[in-house]
Amino acid sequence: MIRNSDLMEVLSKHRGEAVVMSTMTATRSWTAASDSEALDLPLGGAMGKTSSVALGIALAHPDRKIIVLDGDGSLEMNLGTLATIAGKAPANLYHFVMENGVYAVTGGQPIPGKDRVSFAEMAKGAGYSSAYEFDDLEDFALKIADILAEDGPVFVTIKAEPEIQNEPIGRRTRPVGQRSTAVALADLRKELGV
Amino acid sequence: MTTQAALLNPMTVLDQFKKNDVTHVVYLPDSETNHLFIAMENDPDIDVIPVAREAETMAIAAGLIIGGKNPVCLLQNTGMFESGDSIRGLGLDVNLPVVMVIGYRGWTRHGNTPDSAARFTEPFLHAFGINYYLVEDDADADRFTIAFEEARAQNRPVAVLVGDEYHGFNRPDLDEVREEISRQ
Repeated sequence: MIRNSDLMEVLSKHRGEAVVMSTMTATRSWTAASDSEALDLPLGGAMGKTSSVALGIALAHPDRKIIVLDGDGSLEMNLGTLATIAGKAPANLYHFVMENGVYAVTGGQPIPGKDRVSFAEMAKGAGYSSAYEFDDLEDFALKIADILAEDGPVFVTIKAEPEIQNEPIGRRTRPVGQRSTAVALADLRKELGV
Repeated sequence: MTTQAALLNPMTVLDQFKKNDVTHVVYLPDSETNHLFIAMENDPDIDVIPVAREAETMAIAAGLIIGGKNPVCLLQNTGMFESGDSIRGLGLDVNLPVVMVIGYRGWTRHGNTPDSAARFTEPFLHAFGINYYLVEDDADADRFTIAFEEARAQNRPVAVLVGDEYHGFNRPDLDEVREEISRQ
């Protein structure tokens, strides 16, 4: 099991000029680790569609690496995205899934197929160029540079510790330092020269 | 009698896409749009992105627009219903200037629409506050351009309802479509 914050610290050292999109619990730890805020696009409540938005950006900017930090519950909401992404085969797309086995933002209920589903095998079977699974931070740190040097679409699932929230949406506050989606979109478009 | 005589040629639709500088068509096929698909697949100026589920269309279009491209979403009204939350969160909430071309399954001119897909189509768009234009035949083609211009001007999704999907999209045989493409 890997803590989100530890993983993001390692990943941030290797992101280079990549656009990083995040959703759900990954956003909190990525926002804390990232040192290129203008290249980050957090999408809360996208109901599993963050990887789909990432595909669009990847196709629009094939020379720019796009990293998406997805959740396992999110991916299950939009499993067809694996085939859609594999079908377009963007060489610049790196699809990470934080696999904690639960819907962390709604109180920690188990996702369907918890401990039985293999997301990496699904991605490989869908036609991603390669797929990896990590449950050890050191192993991840040793291999991440080579993985990000590969042609995509690459899939990486991380066995992550759940970071469970149980606060009703109406009472939640945006984490300190996290921009609104509108601001993040404007910043990213400026960075991309759009 | 619930049919109509109107006809919309798939090449008319493609011409409208090109006239409005569409770069990508994000779509999920239905049997009625097969000829349009063949025409798009053979067009070097348009990248076709097939999806596994309609809700992906709005999300992928959002990414393309963020990246500076000009996509259109092509789906059936049934798929629009399925895409509701994507239309809300990734279309309306982020002010996405995108045109959704929607096959109006069950549409008739006679008001007799036993297909619930047709009955709920316009109420759905009203509920979401999305303006729409009905295109039934080639003579209506400029409504595509009106929709594209409106989406850009207002930074909002706009819909084009294709009220001829059982006729024009499916009218010519495959050889006719290929021949027309090869002549262009």
